[in-house]
Amino acid sequence: MSLAKPAMRGLLAKRLRFHLPIAFGLSLVAAAAFKFTVTEPRKQAYADFYKHYDSTKEFNAMREAGVFESVRPTRK
Amino acid sequence: MLATRVFRLVGNRALSTSICLRGGHGVAKVEDYTLPAYFDRRESPLPDIKFVQQLSPEQKSLKEKEKGSWAALSKEEKIALYRISFKESFAEMNKGTGEWKSVVAGIFFFIGFTGLVVLWQRKYVYGDVPHTFDPEYKQKEVQRMLDMRINPVEGFSAKWDYENNAWKK
Repeated sequence: MSLAKPAMRGLLAKRLRFHLPIAFGLSLVAAAAFKFTVTEPRKQAYADFYKHYDSTKEFNAMREAGVFESVRPTRK
Repeated sequence: MLATRVFRLVGNRALSTSICLRGGHGVAKVEDYTLPAYFDRRESPLPDIKFVQQLSPEQKSLKEKEKGSWAALSKEEKIALYRISFKESFAEMNKGTGEWKSVVAGIFFFIGFTGLVVLWQRKYVYGDVPHTFDPEYKQKEVQRMLDMRINPVEGFSAKWDYENNAWKK
């Protein structure tokens, strides 16, 4: 009948000491994964779109399609 | 008690004697649920009473034998003594019932029945959808979205090839 006395104190501290670094690590991994799979490709997509973007051409195309109310399509 | 004193003053001996006798109001009938009960529960392992209250003659002789040295008891006798005191062992009382299978079956059944109700509703309750759901109308809607360059960077219009007037491959 000589079992060791079980741990009575510091149970939360012990759990936190184990789990907090893991939690921080996983959060950082999640943030990094999101950055490199979502935000960086999105920034690149926008950069590529606007690199050779001709706004006047797009405007005229939309005008001819008739989506504007301020300017009507050019009369033939 | 006060009532008997009043009646003694009035001189009604017969009534006062009967009230004195019934001063204790009699004894209430003992209900079953007020007595200690037997129950098999994991969290309180020792119930208030033994399971078997009326012992048969063999059980009585076994109880007498129990008063001696326990090493003299055989394995079957020990089990018989256990079963006198307890109805189910921990393993028996803790084992699962398989009720979840009935629950899941009921869930599936009622989901299926709901599906039938929904189909019936679609046929007999709902009216026609608006004209904006017609294929020609939808085509005009898509064309207008492409004209307005909805989400041209990563979304809707980004998938349309404006040069060749077709969806991008």
